[in-house]
Amino acid sequence: MADLPPPVQGPTAKEKKYDRQLRLWGANGQVALEKSHILLINSGPGVVGLETLKNLVLPGIGNFTIQDSAVVSEPDLGVNFFLEEEHLGGSRAEHTCGLLKELNPDVNGNFVSEPVESWISHPDVLFPYTLILATAPIHPLVLSTLSAYADTAQIPLFYVHSVGFYSHFSVHLPPAFPVVDTHPSPETTSDLRLLKPWPELLEYATQKTANLQGMSPDDHGHVPFVALLLHFLEEWKKEHNGEVPQNYKEKTAFRETVSKAARTNTPEGGEENFDEAVAAVLKSLNPPEPSSSVKDIFKAPESLLIRHNSPSFWVIANAIGLFYTKYGVLPVPGAVPDMKARSADYIELQNVYKSKARKDLAEVVESVRFLERNANRTAQIEEKNVEAFCKNAAHIKLVRGRPFPVIPREGEVKFGGQARTLAQQLSFPDSLLPIYIAFLAWDKFTATHSPQAASSALIIPGLSPTDLASETENITSLAFTIVSDLVKEASASPDEADFATVKTQIGECVQELVRAGGAELHNIAALTGGIVSQEIIKVVTEQYVPVDNTCVFDGVRSRTAVFRV
Amino acid sequence: MAEATITSSSTVAGPRAKWTYLDKFLNRTGPFTDPDSFQPGKTVIESLERSKVFGAGGLGCEILKNLALSGFKDIHVIDMDTIDVSNLNRQFLFRAADVGSFKADTAARFVEKRVKGVKITPYCGKIQDKDEAYYMQFAMIVCGLDSIEARRWINATLVGMVDEQDPDSLKPLIDGGTEGFKGQAKVILPTMTSCIECQLDMHAPRAAVPLCTLATIPRQPQHCIEWAHIIAWEEHRKEITLDTDDPEHITWLYQQALARAQEFNIPGVTYSMTQGVVKNIIPAIASTNAIVAASCCNEAFKLATNTNPFLGFPETDNYMMYTGDESVYTYTFEHQKKDDCPVCGLGTIARPLEVSPNMTLQDFVESLAEKPEAQLKKPSIRTGEKSLYIQSLADLERQTRHNLEKKMVDLVEEGEEMVITDKAFPTQFKYKVVFK
Repeated sequence: MADLPPPVQGPTAKEKKYDRQLRLWGANGQVALEKSHILLINSGPGVVGLETLKNLVLPGIGNFTIQDSAVVSEPDLGVNFFLEEEHLGGSRAEHTCGLLKELNPDVNGNFVSEPVESWISHPDVLFPYTLILATAPIHPLVLSTLSAYADTAQIPLFYVHSVGFYSHFSVHLPPAFPVVDTHPSPETTSDLRLLKPWPELLEYATQKTANLQGMSPDDHGHVPFVALLLHFLEEWKKEHNGEVPQNYKEKTAFRETVSKAARTNTPEGGEENFDEAVAAVLKSLNPPEPSSSVKDIFKAPESLLIRHNSPSFWVIANAIGLFYTKYGVLPVPGAVPDMKARSADYIELQNVYKSKARKDLAEVVESVRFLERNANRTAQIEEKNVEAFCKNAAHIKLVRGRPFPVIPREGEVKFGGQARTLAQQLSFPDSLLPIYIAFLAWDKFTATHSPQAASSALIIPGLSPTDLASETENITSLAFTIVSDLVKEASASPDEADFATVKTQIGECVQELVRAGGAELHNIAALTGGIVSQEIIKVVTEQYVPVDNTCVFDGVRSRTAVFRV
Repeated sequence: MAEATITSSSTVAGPRAKWTYLDKFLNRTGPFTDPDSFQPGKTVIESLERSKVFGAGGLGCEILKNLALSGFKDIHVIDMDTIDVSNLNRQFLFRAADVGSFKADTAARFVEKRVKGVKITPYCGKIQDKDEAYYMQFAMIVCGLDSIEARRWINATLVGMVDEQDPDSLKPLIDGGTEGFKGQAKVILPTMTSCIECQLDMHAPRAAVPLCTLATIPRQPQHCIEWAHIIAWEEHRKEITLDTDDPEHITWLYQQALARAQEFNIPGVTYSMTQGVVKNIIPAIASTNAIVAASCCNEAFKLATNTNPFLGFPETDNYMMYTGDESVYTYTFEHQKKDDCPVCGLGTIARPLEVSPNMTLQDFVESLAEKPEAQLKKPSIRTGEKSLYIQSLADLERQTRHNLEKKMVDLVEEGEEMVITDKAFPTQFKYKVVFK
């Protein structure tokens, strides 16, 4: 302990404040959050949008802007935490912005009280925002304008609906939304290549298992399980025409061989390293074949043709695709799980994997540089980005973002390519699709009953007790039309009794939805705001896997479901 | 669809104006409301406002806000902690200037000021400071406790309070927890449905690294940190009590860990990792806390009002698991009550517990802390015949200490019942020995 390293610089004030989240998304994720500017287009009781923003202001998004033309009224105070009595009669955008800003002095907040339809008609008014969050009720013309903007500007658009005990949101992501840092669970990431070892790894195993039977008890109990498995695989191959165990039966037999080789005359009655080897057989003895979704990325048109302005994701994807074509495997990720072993043996094994990973990376980098030259790309892709891609190549995700349906004032709701899958999901016993259809019908009611001009006030169903029954009936029939059109579009012919059940469910969901009279329940808004803010964090940091593309929450039964619409 | 007509239009004046939105549900029945239990209008409003509820734990800020905006008027909160700067990224009632103040006080004052008409009574201390008479006053208990020990204590207390002759003695427990992008929320009707103790194996502690690995063959940076934490501190600074919030102490551990890692060529020891390992930090974000706390309070609101069916009614779903790191996924199910549950079970069935015959009683005592089905840190153990080891009283501890060196096979028989108690819990645990 004579020469301790020099005194350390403790964490900065910011690192202390954000410690619990930096452990999830790291400094890179934090920088991405700080660069973002989120626009909330608020309406209705306006709770879900603010509860979402609260969960983004706290972890330190850079900027937010609230557009809201409402005036603070008494009912706001019973549902919205970011308003106080003294704000009655004032601008809801201004006062909610003020109280949200108090949550985190590092965040810039702005507000717009101008009505949304006139505000978004100013040229370039949406330009500053990196993500838009719109809440229902919203005029279909406004939502269409936002959707078109999200398309051209290639920024994410969220549409959120929280009514009573139900909520739903849809997200419109750019057509190619790749995620490299998906944070797969550690149990699924181990890729040891035991069936495709390279010479250095085999050499390591041979060396560590030489004279296995004659080893002292202590040595025998410390041979890393990776070396044990490779050793017994070689033995197996000798007796099986050079083939490794092929199927479940053979793997079980192989596992038995390994298990029998453990010494039982130890104080514990067994050996931990052999236990680890036995446990790893079924998991680790699979050919390292990439998933079809990863292979689809290599075959995507954006990957096949690299241009001077291709995003770097595609250049790297192309290079790794070349690697895969050449070797039939992905680059070695290089991580080794902890295992019973002596320190030096384990570190040596780690280095065998790390060197191989570095070698594979070097080859991919070379392809990347070749592609860059060929496509006349001026800026070089940083090596650390290629490295991140190689490390997580088996788990990268590509989300094909698409516009969600905006309910038209006139004409049918179209589901296109998704109609068939959705129609199938209708018949699942616990499906939450009836809630989504009820929401669409709710939107359709608002669209058709409100005046055509975007500037006019929207009509909300269920507001007055006298119209409750008739409006419920009206929306139920709109929902039945939507579901019948869906079935027709899917060319499905559901069983009559099943379809009648689905219609009963839809009828109940509509009834529960209209009961709310447009009210938000604070708990449901807070819960939905929690989910939507998680999604926004995932989209902004480009980490973890986002919802594709619609999520429904049922607060009666406490369940969620995700659909692609 | 019926409506108890209190409001006649969308805009109301008067004392309920603020609750216009909430009243839509308190005045109107829905397709899933149970007509026998839901009494819309004045009856439900009055009973909601009368309900005294209790909140506690790391989700406290969210829970207080949500209960206040669910129409509850009388809320009590207990928290022993003071505000730390690392709370500010999610505990939204606290500001930088509040660091060092008691959480319960600060949170209660804030919510009372923001939501007029709600009364919040804080107590800065441990939930264990209060007795049955205290918990008896509440309609329900809503918790987001971060420690499994506190959860088990409140659970055992509430189960113990149930008197079959008195329906008011049954206090629903609504409990939630989070880790990163994941979380869970559940509703427990003590003695009627699966309790925290029945669910104990769902909260298995992280397997500890064997001491010999730390002492002789470290492989991971975490091993070096644990070595500094458990072994080096004892060796060099025994006289100082380790305070994991003291930066000087963390820095010392970090430097020790780093030096050891260099000795073994292990890369990756950082200050932040040292802090994480030593304090057992669980990543936490505002979003997930919002989801889980709101789910708990949604169930509390449904329980108090019957505006819709709640989770936890016997033989229905009582447990919701939420996963947000890969898309969004929830699993809502009925966790079954266990007959051999030491807290809410029949009381006659002992839970089987695997014991290695050759291990010493000392090793067995230590292993109880880690076993998912036990998780007892200071156990005292008796059999029908004798006291094996009693730590709760110094005299008895001295008298039974000599057993610690004995092998289990010499102390108990296969199938024999052991009764284990632990000061942390107001109950006893019965186990049946199963030799491995």
